[in-house]
Amino acid sequence: MTYERTIGDTILAVDQISLSFGGVKALSDISFSVREHEVFAIIGPNGAGKSSMLNCINGFYHPQEGTITFKGKTRRQVRPSEAARDGIARTFQNIALFSGMSTLDNIMTGRNTKMNKGLFWQAIRVGPAEKEEMAHRAVVEKVIDFLEIEAIRKTAVGTLPYGLQKRVELGRALAAEPDLLLLDEPMAGMNLEEKQDMCRFILDVNDEFGTTIVLIEHDMGVVMDISDRVVVLDYGKKLAEGTPDEVRTNQDVIDAYLGVSHGEDE
Amino acid sequence: MFYREAGQFKTSYKADQAIFTITQDKFFVGAFLIIAFGVVPFFIDDYWANAILIHVLVYALAGLGLNILTGYCGQVSLGTGGFMAVGAYASYKLTTSFPELNFIIVLLLSGGVTACVGMFFGLPSLRIKGFYLAVATLAAQFFLVWLFNKVGWFFNYSPTGMIVSPPREVFGFLITGPEASPAVRYLFCLSVVTVFALAAKNIVRGRIGRSWMAIRDMDIAAELIGIRPLEAKLSAFAVSSFYVGVAGALYFNVWLGTAEPTEAFDIFQSFFVLFIVIIGGLGSILGSFLGAAFMVLVPITLKTIMVDGMGFAVGAAKHVEVMLLGSLIIFFLIVEPHGLARLWQILKEKLRRWPFPY
Ligand SMILES: Nc1ncnc2c1ncn2[C@@H]1O[C@H](COP(=O)(O)OP(=O)(O)OP(=O)(O)O)[C@@H](O)[C@H]1O
Ligand SMILES: [Mg+2]
Repeated sequence: MTYERTIGDTILAVDQISLSFGGVKALSDISFSVREHEVFAIIGPNGAGKSSMLNCINGFYHPQEGTITFKGKTRRQVRPSEAARDGIARTFQNIALFSGMSTLDNIMTGRNTKMNKGLFWQAIRVGPAEKEEMAHRAVVEKVIDFLEIEAIRKTAVGTLPYGLQKRVELGRALAAEPDLLLLDEPMAGMNLEEKQDMCRFILDVNDEFGTTIVLIEHDMGVVMDISDRVVVLDYGKKLAEGTPDEVRTNQDVIDAYLGVSHGEDE
Repeated sequence: MFYREAGQFKTSYKADQAIFTITQDKFFVGAFLIIAFGVVPFFIDDYWANAILIHVLVYALAGLGLNILTGYCGQVSLGTGGFMAVGAYASYKLTTSFPELNFIIVLLLSGGVTACVGMFFGLPSLRIKGFYLAVATLAAQFFLVWLFNKVGWFFNYSPTGMIVSPPREVFGFLITGPEASPAVRYLFCLSVVTVFALAAKNIVRGRIGRSWMAIRDMDIAAELIGIRPLEAKLSAFAVSSFYVGVAGALYFNVWLGTAEPTEAFDIFQSFFVLFIVIIGGLGSILGSFLGAAFMVLVPITLKTIMVDGMGFAVGAAKHVEVMLLGSLIIFFLIVEPHGLARLWQILKEKLRRWPFPY
């Protein structure tokens, strides 16, 4: 992998985050930072707190302690809709598409926050609202081309196979032109070919748009291939952080994650 | 054979997103509008206007309103009757206080008042969903009807408690009161409903409509892509109530002429409009019209066939009607939530492929 990218300054800093649900400590005292334009992976066994970490970053969960700094703004609790408007987009472990809408409409919702013509203009449509709609449609069409899903543009997403749904979901996140893209197991449940496609899309996004990517992935091969740095979580605690090679040789990680595991490596 | 999209290529996003993308559809709708605007008014009489056409139009508008809220934004409401009452009473107060005010302005203002009331009663939707929200809107229904019964100011202290629509003109044509001609009243309703339907179609296929549908399909995901639930839900309540309010104003002024809240706007109105939306098709503009036509025509047809044709008692026809509607609603809820509009679409699909089975 020879990608010419300039890793920039810290874009996201997670500082001493603790999150618990009743008695369950999902995250305890987690800190790490992600730099601009980097592909950053979060790995760990099942139930380690990976999804919870992403949920804290984009405001879906509110950690009891710690702060998150994104693009220089420090906050502990933020509303998900505001995090999205700040430039954080994500996909979900379980697909969360709008099942009653077409592929095109799903991806268009990704641009909703960038559109601003009011109700009156929308009702009339001809004129400003239509102009705005067409401009954003053009961006969405680029995303559709990029993800090679032209053929399913008008298909209701509920009827699509799993792999394509994941792709549409990525499309919806990309349409928002985020600064930070959070991907929760983007390749889970995919066959080899679909995985390769997905890897290519992720790397291309990172490469062409410079989008910073934080991803959760179970497939170690993929993680080692595409990420610049990795953080390892286990039982809500941080085990290690570093380049894929550093992490791979870390004894704690080998014990907890690859060795005598209490979870399954999918 | 003739209903094909073959050879019709779209060369711009704009053409691709037009309402009717197939030429035959445009032709069909055009012909329909020409007949509705240009031919029907010459043949319309009091019976056709009151029993069927205006009746369908007013309920289609109310159906559009509820469909925006329930079909597009996924928020249930049983308060439609109450919101129609708000529109009716707002128009009554406005037009009796300011007789010179153009009636179109009165209609729009009545819609605006209803939108505010609707937003207020929509506030619970930020916290509660489904069944609980339905109960909350039911409370609105009962409260509003009670209010219009109790507070004399709303019916100008008339001793009977009734409100009577005074004669009003639009562009020199009398559209309310007993002297208004059926053709004029019909054309007025038709124009209002056509404009509103077009506006609704435009809204639901744009940014705001997508934010409603996103909330409907998965509110958590909608929020995570930046849609503010407060904004989306309250705007749906506002726009929906605006439509329902205008429908209520038309219902009272142009269709009924006189009204009394306990009867004209009771809970059965709410259910009637809800059935229109379910049978016509949740989340479909066309469905609101199909549903309204269906709900209005079924009782009339049944009565004509069973009572006038076969000599059954009126009560028997009523029973059959209730059973038929009941089973249809169950059918549509379980088998085809997209209602008649979807069946129509399937028929078109078949027609497009004909004579091939698929
Ligand atoms: N909403 C919630 N309510 C209660 N407990 C939760 C909630 N979300 C997560 N947890 C708990 O927090 C812990 C971490 O869960 P999380 O989903 O973050 O793990 P994960 O690393 O993403 O696992 P997986 O690989 O299975 O996706 C688990 O013990 C889980 O049961
Ligand atoms: Mg997870």
